[in-house]
Amino acid sequence: MAYSEKVMDHFANPRNVGEMENFSGVGEVGNPKCGDIMRMYIKVEGETITDVSFMTFGCGAAIATSSMATELIKGKPISEALKLTNKAVMEALDGLPPVKVHCSVLAEQAIKAAVSDYYRRQGIDPTPIVGELPECEECACSM
Amino acid sequence: MDGSQSNFRKVYADNAATTAVSPEVLGAMLPFYKEIYGNPSSLYALGQEAKAPLEEARATVAACLGAKPNEIYFTSCGTESDNWAIKGCARAQQKRSGKNHIITSAFEHHAVLHTCQALEREGFTVTYLDVHSNGIVDPKELEAAITDQTALVTIMYANNEIGTIQPIAEIGEVCKRHNIPFHTDAVQAIGNVHIDVKAQNIDMLSLSGHKIHAPKGVGALYIRAGLPVQTFMDGGAQERNKRGGTENVAAIAGLATAIRRATDSIDQRVARLTPMRDKLIEGILKIERSRLNGSQEHRLPGNASFCFQGIEGESLLLLLDMKGISASSGSACTSGSLDPSHVLLSIGLPHEVAHGSLRLSFGDYNTMEDVDYILEVVPQIIQRLRNMSPLWDAIQTGKVDYDRFM
Repeated sequence: MAYSEKVMDHFANPRNVGEMENFSGVGEVGNPKCGDIMRMYIKVEGETITDVSFMTFGCGAAIATSSMATELIKGKPISEALKLTNKAVMEALDGLPPVKVHCSVLAEQAIKAAVSDYYRRQGIDPTPIVGELPECEECACSM
Repeated sequence: MDGSQSNFRKVYADNAATTAVSPEVLGAMLPFYKEIYGNPSSLYALGQEAKAPLEEARATVAACLGAKPNEIYFTSCGTESDNWAIKGCARAQQKRSGKNHIITSAFEHHAVLHTCQALEREGFTVTYLDVHSNGIVDPKELEAAITDQTALVTIMYANNEIGTIQPIAEIGEVCKRHNIPFHTDAVQAIGNVHIDVKAQNIDMLSLSGHKIHAPKGVGALYIRAGLPVQTFMDGGAQERNKRGGTENVAAIAGLATAIRRATDSIDQRVARLTPMRDKLIEGILKIERSRLNGSQEHRLPGNASFCFQGIEGESLLLLLDMKGISASSGSACTSGSLDPSHVLLSIGLPHEVAHGSLRLSFGDYNTMEDVDYILEVVPQIIQRLRNMSPLWDAIQTGKVDYDRFM
């Protein structure tokens, strides 16, 4: 398996894994048919994501990208978390095999889905801020 | 659990993928690299010294299958044997009688499946027989699929992923009655079931060395004498003008040693591996929402294939590897494609369940202690992955329902 050491580290020792109680927002992307689902929980205080956790059904890369994505947004302002790209997640993991790139796309989308949920809970329409979230068929399964 | 790989028992449980070359096989091969290195086609003594063992090897392979030596052709692998048998026979039939229909099963190895698909692109039509939830072809359905255009039937002896053994003698009988050539890919079956190509009415049979402790890069094809099959590889006069290329004498000698050992000890192997397999199955099925794929009764003695709901196979394999266990999965993520294995889909599993598959395959070097170790490790890993799986959460809370696939 052509996974980098960093991918294997985040897969074997995932950071911020598990359910969260009293979350401010939660988003789930992917579907079981494609073989990966990511659920991301965020806790927001002011404009800052003070805590984040994930649950993932999927391959090694899906778990590792979820873990890395949580590390990259923890303690960051929402505006910065929304700028996190799948490319940045991949780079932070020292790359992914080509067939696994869609896992990093899912991680990016999971953050956006969680933030959208947070805004909805605040009574704010997330679309102008977060943008449209593509359906799974457009991100994970059309590689 | 950390990511380090040391300090664990090593359990190789992927014998359906390949096996180690046995010391006996290696010993049989070595003389042909250093001393008896002549080309068997050469007239001088050094060449003829290599020719005699080549023909001995042919006689050995033939004897192990109930065939005659002149019905055995050495090839480079099981895939080559499948390609040659299917393309060579189908095209010969088409040329002689215009027949252009092939019957196979939905869960053949890619060496057969993709070969049949290649022939479809040449204008053949192919019927892919249902293998049902138990992973077994029904000879009655085969008979019903036969038309006056049927040129060839090709059904594997035992499935490589889920280990189910097909009713080959019955299929052979149907094909004989309808006078249709019958090929079987027996790569997984050799050494695990008693094969007699005459009694079972098999016209062509593919086998491979590296599944039975011979090296990779050698295989054989049995072609019943008199069956028209086109030449596969044009070249010299080797293999009775049917398959050019200087013979891989060392590997062929290894193959003969391996198949002799494998077929002489079938009953002992079945007696030794079956209790290991059954203990494994019993122990694994104690895990909540797990399933055995395919019939337990009609099954290779060393094969156990499972699905675990709520988890994905690649992450399972990676964690097993960290515990020293080598296994495989039909999960999409291990195949480089986005679809799980066609074998698991062919027995009626949805993608969602097929993604969580695990194949453990035992061979002569495994022990009951290996089984105990696997039974200690697998439940912990499944639990660990389920604890972080939103799909498992959804199953637990009844949001999705895969009860039919337990």
